[in-house]
Amino acid sequence: MQELLIATLTLVGFAFVCGGLLGFASIKFKVEGNPIVDQINEVLPQTQCGQCGYPGCKPYAQAIAEGEAINRCPPGGEAGIKALAELLDVEILALDESCGEESLPRVAVIREDECIGCTKCIQACPVDAIVGAAKQMHTVIESECTGCDLCVPPCPVDCIDMPEIEVTIDDWQWPSPAKTPANETIPVKVIS
Amino acid sequence: MSEVVLLLVSTVLVNNFVLAKFLGLCPFMGVSSRVETAVGMAAATTFVLTLASVASYLINNFILEPLGLGYLQILSFILAIAVVVQFTEMVIHKSSPVLYRLLGIFLPLITTNCAVLGVALLNVNQAHNFIESIIYGFGAALGFSLVLVLFAAIRERIAVADVPQPFQGAAIALITAGLMSLAFMGFAGLVKL
Repeated sequence: MQELLIATLTLVGFAFVCGGLLGFASIKFKVEGNPIVDQINEVLPQTQCGQCGYPGCKPYAQAIAEGEAINRCPPGGEAGIKALAELLDVEILALDESCGEESLPRVAVIREDECIGCTKCIQACPVDAIVGAAKQMHTVIESECTGCDLCVPPCPVDCIDMPEIEVTIDDWQWPSPAKTPANETIPVKVIS
Repeated sequence: MSEVVLLLVSTVLVNNFVLAKFLGLCPFMGVSSRVETAVGMAAATTFVLTLASVASYLINNFILEPLGLGYLQILSFILAIAVVVQFTEMVIHKSSPVLYRLLGIFLPLITTNCAVLGVALLNVNQAHNFIESIIYGFGAALGFSLVLVLFAAIRERIAVADVPQPFQGAAIALITAGLMSLAFMGFAGLVKL
C-alpha cells in the first residue's frame, strides 16, 4: 500500500513540476500576434471569398499589414475601403476592378429539385454553410452563407442562384460601426 | 577522453539509430523530401534528444532509483520527453517562425519519435553515467541528423530521376533507405567497445 502511495505521489509531483515549467515557458515565450492584423481583419467582411487573391480574409489582412493595396475587397465595397483607409491612415482608393465588382449582400440558394448531389459545392464552401451528402440533395444554411460565389462555378448543373438579400423594413440595420468611416458615423444625439 | 570519442563515433556511425537500430523511421521517411526541412528537423531532434537524455538520466538516478520505482521508467520518460518537446516548440515558435511553419506537425511528433524514448531506455539499460548519457543522446541525434540530411539529399535527386512507375514514391524511398543501411554496415568493426 505504501509503495503504491509513493509511486503515485512521485508521479503526480513530477507531473506538477513539468506543468509548472511549461506554464512558465508559455508566459515567458509568449508570441505576440500583430495587433494591427486583427484590427484589419475585423473591418474585412469575413466572406472568405478569395476575390482579393488571398485564401481568406485573415491572409489578406496580413498582406495589408505588410503593404498590400486596400482596394482588393469587392464584398467590403466602398465603405470597407473607406474604413480601412481610416484605420491605416492612407489614401482612399477606388475598388480594383480586376478583383470583381461590388454587389449588395447576397446569399446562395440551391434549386433543390435540380441538385444531383455531387458534393462539389460543399467542398468549395469556405464556411461550411452547405449541408448534404453524396447523391442526396444539398441545401444552404442561409444564416451561415457569406455570399462569396465560390460554390457557383463548381456546380455541374448550374443549380445555384445568388439572389441579393432584399432588405425589408423588418430587418434593416444601421451599417456596422466598424465599417463606417468617421465622417459618416451614426447620428446619435446625446440628450442630457 | 578516448572513451567518449569512441562512444560518439560508435553511436553516430556504427550503431546508427536509424540505419542499424531502426528507430525513428517515421520522421526519416516523413520529413526527408526537402533538404531544408530535413536540416530543421535534424536540429530540433538533436536539441530534444540531448535534452531528453539528460532529463531522463536525472529522473532515473535521482527520483526513480532511490525510491525503487524502476517500473515507472517508460511513463516518466515519456512525460519528460513530452515536456521537453513542448518547451522546444515554444522556443522555436518565439525565435524562428519560419522554421516553426516548416516543421509544422513534425515538431510535436518528435514526442512519438521512438529514437528519443529509445535513447532514454538504452541509457538506463547500458548503465551509462551522466557524461556518457549526454554523449550517447547527442551521438544518436548526430547520427539521426546525418542520415536524415543525406537521405533528403538523395530523395531530392530521386524526385527528378526517371523511376519506373511501380517503384515511385514510398517504394523507392524504402529501397534507398535499405541501400543506405547496407552502406552503413561498412562501418561495423570500426569501433570495438
